[in-house]
Amino acid sequence: MTALLTRLLGRLPIGWLQLVHNRMRLLAALAGVAFANILIFMQLGFLGALASTTLTPYRAFDAGILIMSPETNTLGDAGTLPRQRMYQALSVPGVASASAVFTGMLEWERENGGTSSLRVIGIDPEFLPLKGEDIISMRDRLRLEDVALLDQDTRGVPADVLKKVRTGNPVSFETAGRTITIEGLFSIGAGFGSDGYLIVSDQTFLRLFPSRSSGAPNYIFVNADPSVSTVDLVERLRNVLPALDARVMTKDDAAQADQDYELTERPIGIIFGFGVAIGILVGIIIVYQVLSTDVADHLAEYATFKAIGYRQNFFLGIVFEEAIILAILGFVPGLLFSLVLYSGVSAATGLPIAMDASRAIAVLVGTILMCAISGAIATRRLAAADPADLF
Amino acid sequence: MVSVVAERTAEIEPTSTAVEAAEKPVPIETRKLSHCFGIGETRKQVLYDIDLRIERGELTILMGASGSGKTTLLTLIGCLRAVEDGSVKLLGEELNGASEETLTQCRRRLGFIFQAHNLHDSLTAMQNVRMGLEVHGADAMRRCQIASAHILTLLGLEDRLDYLPANLSGGQKQRVAVARALVGNPDIVFADEPTAALDKDSGHHVVAMLKRLAKERGTTILMVTHDNRVLEMADRIITMEDGQILKDER
Repeated sequence: MTALLTRLLGRLPIGWLQLVHNRMRLLAALAGVAFANILIFMQLGFLGALASTTLTPYRAFDAGILIMSPETNTLGDAGTLPRQRMYQALSVPGVASASAVFTGMLEWERENGGTSSLRVIGIDPEFLPLKGEDIISMRDRLRLEDVALLDQDTRGVPADVLKKVRTGNPVSFETAGRTITIEGLFSIGAGFGSDGYLIVSDQTFLRLFPSRSSGAPNYIFVNADPSVSTVDLVERLRNVLPALDARVMTKDDAAQADQDYELTERPIGIIFGFGVAIGILVGIIIVYQVLSTDVADHLAEYATFKAIGYRQNFFLGIVFEEAIILAILGFVPGLLFSLVLYSGVSAATGLPIAMDASRAIAVLVGTILMCAISGAIATRRLAAADPADLF
Repeated sequence: MVSVVAERTAEIEPTSTAVEAAEKPVPIETRKLSHCFGIGETRKQVLYDIDLRIERGELTILMGASGSGKTTLLTLIGCLRAVEDGSVKLLGEELNGASEETLTQCRRRLGFIFQAHNLHDSLTAMQNVRMGLEVHGADAMRRCQIASAHILTLLGLEDRLDYLPANLSGGQKQRVAVARALVGNPDIVFADEPTAALDKDSGHHVVAMLKRLAKERGTTILMVTHDNRVLEMADRIITMEDGQILKDER
């Protein structure tokens, strides 16, 4: 290592030798960097899960355009709009189909005491504006009263329930005063706002939520004729529909707006972002503490080197050499430990928390930067190395 | 004669340039050098109009009670403290008003031996000596392995090359510090009580080596010492008192 660094730096790797000489300090510093890395990785993991779970339900929507209430920020807080807008939309040239979609939340309390909060999506089985063979194949069953499809990735659902459904034995449960029968499965996955999803017909939905009216859905899903571009159709629909109660967006734009809102407006996104900032701050402080103590301990040696004729840059080089070594050596255990935590948390919560290469690289670069900042602050103590004090 | 000098110097530093050294200017020349510490009420003058000229290849010993100003004089001439009043010419370079870069360049032509050894405790004996050579750039680096080992061998440390300072005795540490000062082939060596931490024999050995260096390479040595055991080896003894030169004897 020393020989490698000597070749790399073109000089004796004094920073490295200083770090290795004081093993306890090196270990403490590496633990600090690793700890900061774990903090940052966990927060980024949650943030990434929040971002991706916001988008996943939209992927199941078979619609190019969504019409919603202007109050709607996310799928979870969607307001209602008049069903009338659906008929108006159907009259616009280029609209191939339009159907009303209802969303709501339902608690599924199981006999063993477990509960799952389900986001219920009520659709018209006639149009079935959802993607996926496992959903489309159930079209006729969905027409039946109180039949539902369950998200198989729903958090907390016992495996034997899923197994029963999968082998063709419907499972029933009572909620909101009705008995719902799960006849099929599909896959979206748990998120931060719900444990999973439940798909029912619009008729079943209205029975489950008696306070909701068929005249006020949450969304109108629109598909364009192949001859018309989605963007053009959005423009046409905006011209026809009153902006006061109907906002028209492409599905991708709506999903993106939902994600932006979750990440930047809702407290949860801000909390995770703040967590990342705290992680960086903790890292900077720990590394600064280590580096500045190290500089202070070697002031006499540095003053001697100054007397011999070394320039200020040489000492800055030593401090930055130490900073970068700490960053890289601390990153490795930080990354490994984070991978373990990721799989643990992912298994415990059902959230899609996974490491990707771009995040790992970004954090590595960030860690080097973080340590460099600490180093830059620590170099201020170098000024105290005065060769005139040596005699 | 030249060839003899060159041959002998090779013993210490293989690529010494003794011929060039003969054309070098007066190593140290001060004129009306004064220095004060503090400001206002607490201002105290420690040096008064020092006129001093030291010739090439001489071993000069500086004596005086503590507070006589000899350390201040050493730090001023050694580019470690800014010259404020009067003139110091080091190897022909005026230090009064010199830039930090000029001072750094000057320091590289000097060797320092401190009372405390000031070795870097994370570096081996060899690496510490190497630091004295690396400062001269890539060229010196290439031959530093040989030169560093060579000079440590001359000082009797050939079996301690890879020891950390913590595993060396006081005398051995001091000899490593001497090696670090000499490995760069300096024009002038400043030494502050170099024998204080050494026993009689090794103290004598170190000063004898400095003396030989002065004679063979034309290195100028300025040494502060109270050690009577080494006085006999000096070419010149300067005694200071209250910031002035009291005696100057050869």
